[in-house]
Amino acid sequence: MKPLDSRLLRYARTTRAYLAVTVALGVALAALIVAQATLLANGITAVFLHGAGLRALTPTLAWLAVIVAGRAAVAWAQEVASARSAAGVKSELRRGLLAHLAALGPSGNTGGYVTLVTRGLDALDAYFARYLPQLVLAALVPAIVLARLLPADLVATATIALTLPLIPVFMVLVGMHTEAANRRQFRLLSRLGHHFLDVVAGLPTLKLFGRARAQVDTIRRVSGEQRRVTMRTLRTAFLSSLVLELLATLSVALVAVGIGLRLVSGHLDLATALLVLILAPEAYLPLRQVGANYHASAEGLAAAEEAFAVLETPLPERGTRPAPAGAIAFADVVVAYPGRADAALRLSATIGPGEVVALTGPSGCGKSTALGVLLGFVSPTSGVVTVGGVPLSLVDPTGWRRQIAWVPQRPQLFAATVRANVTLGATTTDASVRRALADAGAADFVAALPRGLDTELSDDGTGLSAGQRQRIALARAFLRDAPIVLLDEPTANLDAGTAADVMAAIRRLARGRTMIIAAHRPELIALADRVIALAPVGVS
Amino acid sequence: MSWLRLLRTVSRPAAGGLLLAVLAGVGAAGAGVGLMATAAWLISRAALHPPVLHLMAAIVAVRAFGIGRGVLRYVERLVGHDAALRVLAELRARLFTRLERLAPAGLAAFRRADLVQRLVTDVDAVLDMLTRVLLPYTVTILVGAGSVALVGILSPMAGLALAAGLVVVGLAVPLLQAAAARRSDGRLAPLRGDLAVAAVDLLHGLPDLVAYGAVDAQLDRIGDVDTRLRHAERRSSAAAGTSAAVAAATTGLCVLAGLVAGTVAVRSGTLSGELLAVIVLTPLAVFEAAAGLPAAGQRFAGARSALRRLAEVLAAPPQVSEPAHPVDVPDGPHTLRLESVTAGWTPGRTAVQGIDLVLAPGRRVALVGPSGSGKSTIAALLVRFLDPAAGRVTVDGIDLRRVRPDRVRQLVGYLPEDAYLFDTTIGENLRIGRRDATDAELRAALAKARLADWVDGLPRGLDTLVGEHGMQISGGQRRRLALARALLADFALLILDEPTEHLDDETAAALTRDLLAAAGDRTVLLITHRTDILSDVDEVVSLPDLRPWHNENLVTPRGVTRFVDVTRTS
Repeated sequence: MKPLDSRLLRYARTTRAYLAVTVALGVALAALIVAQATLLANGITAVFLHGAGLRALTPTLAWLAVIVAGRAAVAWAQEVASARSAAGVKSELRRGLLAHLAALGPSGNTGGYVTLVTRGLDALDAYFARYLPQLVLAALVPAIVLARLLPADLVATATIALTLPLIPVFMVLVGMHTEAANRRQFRLLSRLGHHFLDVVAGLPTLKLFGRARAQVDTIRRVSGEQRRVTMRTLRTAFLSSLVLELLATLSVALVAVGIGLRLVSGHLDLATALLVLILAPEAYLPLRQVGANYHASAEGLAAAEEAFAVLETPLPERGTRPAPAGAIAFADVVVAYPGRADAALRLSATIGPGEVVALTGPSGCGKSTALGVLLGFVSPTSGVVTVGGVPLSLVDPTGWRRQIAWVPQRPQLFAATVRANVTLGATTTDASVRRALADAGAADFVAALPRGLDTELSDDGTGLSAGQRQRIALARAFLRDAPIVLLDEPTANLDAGTAADVMAAIRRLARGRTMIIAAHRPELIALADRVIALAPVGVS
Repeated sequence: MSWLRLLRTVSRPAAGGLLLAVLAGVGAAGAGVGLMATAAWLISRAALHPPVLHLMAAIVAVRAFGIGRGVLRYVERLVGHDAALRVLAELRARLFTRLERLAPAGLAAFRRADLVQRLVTDVDAVLDMLTRVLLPYTVTILVGAGSVALVGILSPMAGLALAAGLVVVGLAVPLLQAAAARRSDGRLAPLRGDLAVAAVDLLHGLPDLVAYGAVDAQLDRIGDVDTRLRHAERRSSAAAGTSAAVAAATTGLCVLAGLVAGTVAVRSGTLSGELLAVIVLTPLAVFEAAAGLPAAGQRFAGARSALRRLAEVLAAPPQVSEPAHPVDVPDGPHTLRLESVTAGWTPGRTAVQGIDLVLAPGRRVALVGPSGSGKSTIAALLVRFLDPAAGRVTVDGIDLRRVRPDRVRQLVGYLPEDAYLFDTTIGENLRIGRRDATDAELRAALAKARLADWVDGLPRGLDTLVGEHGMQISGGQRRRLALARALLADFALLILDEPTEHLDDETAAALTRDLLAAAGDRTVLLITHRTDILSDVDEVVSLPDLRPWHNENLVTPRGVTRFVDVTRTS
């Protein structure tokens, strides 16, 4: 996995500014580390070898205090910068994602992306706050430290310069080995890890069959197995950190012993030796911390990866012609979904303006798919749909949908007021909304709600029954007052009494409009001027 | 039970491993500190040009520390994780033993899938608590104390400064961070919630929004929330920076204090000059070892609340108790009866009130009513997942509370709407119904559930995996498989909760007829909302809607109303 995905710079411009700030702060931090080491080395030498007192040391102490303040300021700025940029990047990605998903339209399995958009992107917080700054420091600090050490002591500089690159090399080698081993064991591990959740979630079922108590031993056995597999993975996974610690600490030890011996022989002065001793561990520290923050990076990048996969999905082409009027014709329309042997829909039919048509057939024969094709949610695999002779694929979908009112089988209600749920963003008067609700047979129960039209529905209309939701959706259709109405099993899941109310509303809605009803209940079919029976295709 | 006591109890079997991990950890961190202290002395001493032989001990020590830190750290991590995983196994076993008694009535979790998920994730928090909080803290406290003692012997002032610095980094900084996180969560949580709702509305409601040209309005609404969230996140960032600045300043100030205290001591002759570097430089290594504490401190609160939730679950009283002197129910045809039963899942809230219901042998009774009217509560009462708050449930005149719950569940089977399938094979799922069933018996049960042809057509037959929650097979197949499992167990009374979700109308109707047919001569309680199959039952019982402004058509003014009594036609 690449440590920094270049697409992050492309899709989230905030990243560029953040990287620039982080590099500047990294340089400042490295300079402060070097200055602090120099001051400490000189100060200790002055007191130890030259008998300096506090008075003589005052400038050194004053400068050290300044450096302490400086390092605190850098730490503060880094933390603030990473939090702000993470917020900015997440916001950019989130908006981009949602806009793109919306543009991709209902066919794109959008429901699966809810987690990514809400919690998934938060994984980028740790990536920006921990991993990215450490990565920058790992590149900057050793370079600046070595630059300071080079004129002071060549041997120590050479030792550090030679051992430093070994760390990433060995880590990559160990990492490649562990990754292969991890992949082998990951499936087994996730299955074992999942076992406990499975058993707890199914506990009521186990209890119903008197099987629950026997499970405790199984849980112990599976947990033991999980431990053994995990430890097998960890033994190699921790090797990379062993290599890292060993190389870093052993190098520091070798450098320390080396300068000690050269001090004895008089080839080196104390101040330089102390400088080397203080700076040597600093050169290795950022690399060690990058290793420790690897997981933060992996999770953050995985979330970003998922986001990019969506953003790089090409948008379907849109027609540009204005919406035509006239007969709707399905000419040998076939819809087939990849991975399914049978077609989801086969249809040839013409529906004249003002006709009320029922689409019938067993479930799975493509009634909803036919409505989806008309709405432009589904593109025919072959064949063509025309309206007034114009192929639908050439028509601007937004303008065309303005001609349509659609009542789906399971209408979505939004976390907003009843009014907003009926208007769906259209500007209109309360009187029109009330009339639409009355036409849809929803006036009574809406009036009975605690705050009438202003009642806030919670997520997905919880608190309303299926019939009430259906009638709110019908009110949308009444309010839209469109020439074409598409109804998808509007009375499914309703009991007889409610269904009769909804039927009456549909009869009112049909007046003067083209209406296509996906239906299988006889009373609903009876409402139509004409029945188009869809051949059973595929498996129901 | 407190979380700490819980942790102590479950940690006992792995105490040796945990101790070894602490020792290795102390060795590793100690080696890091020792390396810096010894090297500082070695270099200072070398500056006085002594014979090399006088330095040999220090040289050997520095090299040994250099190797020791890496190796001991590896041992610490391996041993620590092994011990923590043993503790995890113990905690799982204990929790499950407890849950087995509580489920499902004693725990709200069983009515919401995400809560079950959280419960299981909470168990994993014990790993975090041990390996990433307690182990690093214990090690740092021990090594920190040792370092403070070492520096303090040389210069009490410097030792005091180091001790104060460690308290700031290990205690004050995590507390600061926690306070900042609480404040920002308070600001951010409602905005995050708004954003999630708006995003769910957009993504789940996309067809409706596209059809009505309302996508842009919804995107604008999300944009507004997003902007407010981003501004709030930016405002919170300053607080996060403060604790980082405090941690950075503390290290520097300790070194500075060491230099001042050391200089004074050297001048006054209480400290040998060659030890000055030890006092000044040792804190650098100590703070490097303590650098992980703020992160560990941040994890502490989360892991602690997870363990607290578990401790609460382990202390929760079971709602259904085993009778001290159980009465056996003799074999033969059984009559179950609800006598003016009032019951609820949470104290003070009734789900059903004053219910009377008789289930005579071989009768088929349909229970209808809108959602929330307590249909599933009645099912739970009959399998003794729940005991009535008032009134009683009897089998052949014996109060169910006097019968062993396991015995009740041998007589009464319940096929809930969302019957659970385990992530294993079809065969294993069926054998939960009867453990010693032969393949032929499994096939017979599958045939009754009209699933035999489908299973025979699968390449791996009974060994086919059904996937997590049975998601690899269709909703109808899941239900039929669960039915076959219930048939294998051969209950005298079968409660069938009709599927409504994820199945279209016709499939659901066909399935319900099959369920009834497969039940054969058993007593059946069919929970349903459909009117088109009521000709297949002997009796229909309607429950009133107890929730206001939710009622549809089946509202009756009080209690249970019998409104049809038809004789079975077929």
